[in-house]
Amino acid sequence: MNQKTIFARFIRPSLAWGVAILFFFPIFWMVFTSFKTDADAVKPEYLFLFTPTFENYVNMTENYDYWRFAVNSVITSVFATVLTLVVGVPAAYAMAFDPGRHTKDILVWMLSTKMLPAAAVLYPMTFLTKNFLGIFDTHFLIIIVLSLINLPIVIWMLFTYFKEIPKEIIEAGKMDGVNIWGEIKDIVLPLAWGGLASTALLCFIFCWNEAYWTVRLTTTEAATLSKLIEGNRAPEGLFFGRLSAVSTAAVGPIVVLGWFCQKQLVRGLTFGAVK
Amino acid sequence: MASVTLQGVRKSYADVGVIHDVNLEIDDGEFVVFVGPSGCGKSTLLRMIAGLEDITGGEISIGDTVVNEVAPSKRGVAMVFQTYALYPHMTVYNNMAFGLKQARLPEPDIDRRVRAAAEALHITEYLDRTPKALSGGQRQRVAIGRAIVREPEVFLFDEPLSNLDAALRVNTRLEIARLHQRLGATMIYVTHDQVEAMTLADKIVVLRDGRIEQVGSPIELYENPQNAFVAQFIGSPKMNFLPAETLAKDTLKALGVTARPGTMVGIRPEHFRTTAAAKALVSATLELVENLGEYALVHLLTEAGKEIIVKMDSPPKQAAGEVIHLTADKASLHRFDQDTGARIS
Repeated sequence: MNQKTIFARFIRPSLAWGVAILFFFPIFWMVFTSFKTDADAVKPEYLFLFTPTFENYVNMTENYDYWRFAVNSVITSVFATVLTLVVGVPAAYAMAFDPGRHTKDILVWMLSTKMLPAAAVLYPMTFLTKNFLGIFDTHFLIIIVLSLINLPIVIWMLFTYFKEIPKEIIEAGKMDGVNIWGEIKDIVLPLAWGGLASTALLCFIFCWNEAYWTVRLTTTEAATLSKLIEGNRAPEGLFFGRLSAVSTAAVGPIVVLGWFCQKQLVRGLTFGAVK
Repeated sequence: MASVTLQGVRKSYADVGVIHDVNLEIDDGEFVVFVGPSGCGKSTLLRMIAGLEDITGGEISIGDTVVNEVAPSKRGVAMVFQTYALYPHMTVYNNMAFGLKQARLPEPDIDRRVRAAAEALHITEYLDRTPKALSGGQRQRVAIGRAIVREPEVFLFDEPLSNLDAALRVNTRLEIARLHQRLGATMIYVTHDQVEAMTLADKIVVLRDGRIEQVGSPIELYENPQNAFVAQFIGSPKMNFLPAETLAKDTLKALGVTARPGTMVGIRPEHFRTTAAAKALVSATLELVENLGEYALVHLLTEAGKEIIVKMDSPPKQAAGEVIHLTADKASLHRFDQDTGARIS
């Protein structure tokens, strides 16, 4: 057996498995721990051998109001995604099909807003929403914030997909007499459907997982699953079982969604890289 | 049916002018071909007539209406794009019906028009397919069909044959000629291929750098090019240009042609004939013969070092390296100013 086949048959698969396990282990450990009691979770002798229990899950739904947080997560993520697309599609359309002299600059500027550290605007955001606008801890606020956070990346993705549509097809539409809405509805969206779906999916996942603002701009009314996890991170005690159960229940839906839409997701994540 | 009139038409991007003061009269039912090298503005001019490009200055009228501010779909024109530009997500039927649906025509009318056009273009059996499942030639037919169903007054073709292979190109060219005969509509056709221009056009418009160089029937352009640019653009192989001082003075005198220094004389490859040394207008060394059976293209090098091409009925007897003596009739000598390229008559 020469060196090349040794590498191909043993070393490469081992490395791949190593990396995969490295990434998967924390998730596995989280799910694993969620079936232990808080007491068992910290005892070394119960590391692998323990009596599984659903206590944490029962506790979570009965005492910690899991469903209310979950519903908030769904509401804010769905509406934020819809709002982002409603603003993002026309914006990306305009920049892709009717670019002006400064379109490139605008795109770069939009992306640059992502470079601003969120912590830098924490105080003004809290002050404005709490004392001035009075929208602190509302669905409305969270939807707006999530939309604004995701808008740049959504516009960039849609812009890339729209750019792939040949200009002549749009012009053929003009010759055929479609107005601007017909153009978007009958030509652009059907042709960019795959891209639009993966953009929406990614946007939804980003909204669902967002933690910085959802934790800081809510207390109870609009609190999402991120807030629930944060709330169970008790400073004095180490309720690892409970925390793991909450975390598992929070990431569960999005993992299932991602699993079913894997193909779209891969296309979305590699946008621009493969044409 | 409608005529098309361009008056002082200009186009510029920022400060760069691409179309300069174009005046052109296209009669009702005429087949006009815009021809020129790439970047000469022929496609831009067509797109301005279509309404896909803004008009910086001047007026474009279709029929009696100035259409500068009229939307493309309201101009009574239909366009066939170089890349076909079919809607990939629609069936052939819907590709053709789309414009009619936008115009809110009654459904039976749409159906009748689409089926009639499909029949004429032999694409009826493909009506339920999407463009993806069609060959290049079939897509081109659909693109033409999409234009026909709108029953436009003016057809616009933007290099419609350049994506087809050679054999299909000749066929489709014939079909476009037949279409023009059958419909009698005004057609404006853009190409860089002078063969397409010569075979299809009632009137050719030769463009260079956003200006019209000459307008005329194919035969006028062939026989009476107004400048050296048009002379070398129309006709294949290209016209030969020889500086007057390199031609035999006695022969020129005998032909009754005066050619001052600073003049070039243009002679088409098919107008040369061989002659005796004493009667030669120009003598040249044989370099290479391309024998095409029907005729032969003979490449020669003159004493002054100019390459010339001569089209002969059969290959010459001389071998490479030998000298051939050539002359031509007075009528086929075109004189141009060496600096400006303008015709000297």
